[in-house]
Amino acid sequence: MDDALLIHRLHFAFTATYHYIFPQLTMGLALLIVVFKGMAITRKDEVLNSSARFWARIFGLNFAVGVVTGIPLEFQFGTSWARFSTFAGGVIGQTLAMEGMFAFFLESSFLGLFLFGEKRLGQVGHFIAGLLVFLGSWLSAYFIVATNAWMQHPVGYAMAADGSVYLTSYWDLLLNSWIGWQYLHTMAGAVVTGSFVVASVGAYYALAQKHTDYGRLFMRTGIVTGIIASVFVIFPTGDGQGKNVALYQPPTLAAMEGLFETKEGAPLVIIGQPDMDKLRLDNPIHVPKLLSFLTYNRWNARVRGLDTVPRENWPDNVPLLYYSYHIMVGLGSLFVSIMLLGAYLLWRKKLYTARPFLWVLMLSFPFPFIANTAGWLTAELGRQPWLVYELLRTAHGSSTMVSAGNGLFTLLGFLGLYFVIGVLFLFLVIRILNQGPVHGSYVAANR
Amino acid sequence: MEFLWFCIVAFMITMYAILDGFDLGAGIIHLIAARTDEERRTILNAVGPVWDGNEVWLLAGGGTLYLAFPLLYASSFSGFYLPLMIVLWLLILRALGIEFRHQVHHPLWAAFWDSVFSIGSILLSIVFGAALGNVVRGVPLQADGYFFAPLWTSFTPQPDAGILDWFTVTMGLVSFFTLTTHGANFIAIKTEGMLQQRARTIAGWAWWGLTLTSAAALIATSTIRPALWDNFAAYAWGAIFPLAGIAGIVGMFIFNKRKDDTKAFVSSAAFIAGMLATTAFGLFPIVLPASANPAYSLTVYNTLTHAYGLSVGIIWWTLGIVLAIGYLVFLVRSFKGKVKLPAEGEGY
Repeated sequence: MDDALLIHRLHFAFTATYHYIFPQLTMGLALLIVVFKGMAITRKDEVLNSSARFWARIFGLNFAVGVVTGIPLEFQFGTSWARFSTFAGGVIGQTLAMEGMFAFFLESSFLGLFLFGEKRLGQVGHFIAGLLVFLGSWLSAYFIVATNAWMQHPVGYAMAADGSVYLTSYWDLLLNSWIGWQYLHTMAGAVVTGSFVVASVGAYYALAQKHTDYGRLFMRTGIVTGIIASVFVIFPTGDGQGKNVALYQPPTLAAMEGLFETKEGAPLVIIGQPDMDKLRLDNPIHVPKLLSFLTYNRWNARVRGLDTVPRENWPDNVPLLYYSYHIMVGLGSLFVSIMLLGAYLLWRKKLYTARPFLWVLMLSFPFPFIANTAGWLTAELGRQPWLVYELLRTAHGSSTMVSAGNGLFTLLGFLGLYFVIGVLFLFLVIRILNQGPVHGSYVAANR
Repeated sequence: MEFLWFCIVAFMITMYAILDGFDLGAGIIHLIAARTDEERRTILNAVGPVWDGNEVWLLAGGGTLYLAFPLLYASSFSGFYLPLMIVLWLLILRALGIEFRHQVHHPLWAAFWDSVFSIGSILLSIVFGAALGNVVRGVPLQADGYFFAPLWTSFTPQPDAGILDWFTVTMGLVSFFTLTTHGANFIAIKTEGMLQQRARTIAGWAWWGLTLTSAAALIATSTIRPALWDNFAAYAWGAIFPLAGIAGIVGMFIFNKRKDDTKAFVSSAAFIAGMLATTAFGLFPIVLPASANPAYSLTVYNTLTHAYGLSVGIIWWTLGIVLAIGYLVFLVRSFKGKVKLPAEGEGY
């Protein structure tokens, strides 16, 4: 692999991965804030209303960092991936431009009103502004997933004489059969993150015996949304997404599962380390025949292994893909267990005194971020060596006019800048968490 | 179809220049016009609720460019690689200046982010002008439609210029003074008292800088790209664009003296729109001229995507722009009038 290509790949991987820390929380929290605000209005409950305001403060900060780290991505399609943009701009330009026109304008117009316009708008108006911000952020995700879905499973296009592609069907692009599961899976993942963050802060307040009313409310709400989302992320959305991969990208499925040889009654590997020289898994622990069943609903179905694919068409980093997928699945199972236990304790009215469980809940917040990141790594590494599946290789998509040295310079710049942003963000969020929700803060601030 | 999409992209970029232009301008004058913490918070509360929406015009404009002219997007973004990355860093830092400052109440924290916001805005205004200068001057395009230009070479526009040379830097200064005036007009509308008076004074002074550098840029353009005037000779109606620009210059001067801030703001907006439209009108059908071999220039014809996508695009774009302008009007009405400084911890 030539140097410039490697730099461009690392560059995009870094900025995109870092960026996605923020929008996943934005999208998850947006839903929870709308829930808090809506319940506050119907129940006329000040604790709920102050909770909505408290989370809106964190939301605003998180949103700002999401915006500033998101702008580079739209530029990078052109700066680092010029040949890809020339090739595919006629198709994915549609979804990216629609994201700007329909989602970003909506979101950005009402964010300021939502964050600082409560007095001006009144309670119902404030709720509607929050709802529109929520809608904008979820719409934005739809257009991004539609763009990614086209790269995973290109549809609705034709090839021009110069070798680039152009759009032939708008609705095929927007209703690509890849989108449905991927979108729901992604959004469920975002709600898992939002739920765990809210519940985790609740557990912290409960353990620290600060803002106890709020702590309990946060845990109750986070556990209820969290159990729905963490089940939904596995079934039906994760299952559906897996079946899409099996249908449209069999080599990807084989690499994700570490299946080097085609098998009838293929086992599901729980753990094991891919050995790329001997082409086998070391120390495997597996459940016999389960992979066949999960993929094709038949215990003895034949699952294609990597041996059916020419080596140059294998995903170019099989071990990382395999680990990303297994980390995602492993954490996903853990989330269901934690939330089930939480729901049980809540039902038996033992939640607020079960200190060991509160500790687990408090410390759990980083893991949904890891799982969501691992999920996107699975999608992106799984598509390799293609940038647009079976149409354009990643190696043929990068900018020819940007040298490796130039790319490294700006990559180092982003590493430094994003490190500083990360430190500042944590510092500010921790401050807000320590201040905690202020009961009736809106009234107090306007005395 | 080419002409229509050329107009759409030019419209989006012009809207960006006018809208983000005023919050960049507010950033430029931030340290000089606003001296006390209260005054600085007033400026930040004037731009705080709108900067994000203004920047969306850049993203949406970039999106429409990408959709309609993929090769132009790919060629210019990869050719201007380093300057664009610097633009990104400045956009990020400047936005953090607005969003982080109000989080902590400490004089050092505030002073730091005030400077980041202001210096970022100043540099961005210059870089954006220089970018426009590059589009007028031309870049060393190859037969395949791509190019590379270093950040600077000898600072002369010929024979192998960098991104920054005396011409593009002059354009950068035009942009700097224009946005200073525009931003000062905006702040004068939104504030009262000392801050408003200082903003008017700055707008008055920056007007001279704007007029002088514009005159210099005009003369320089005529020597570097005389072909820019060909379209005006062929289609006389195009003269409305430079005339709108001149009307803007005159208006800025008169309304600044009369302390009619809203009309001064409309004038500076007219100047920005007039000058950008003049450039676009003069360039058409070229969208990125080649400096070495004119045959390699990128035009609307050799960068346009297939007709189907463009027709569909027109339909949803029309819907989208109606919504976007609707939100804008709603936002302008919601935040109408002078900025009233909110309590600490609420607002920017």
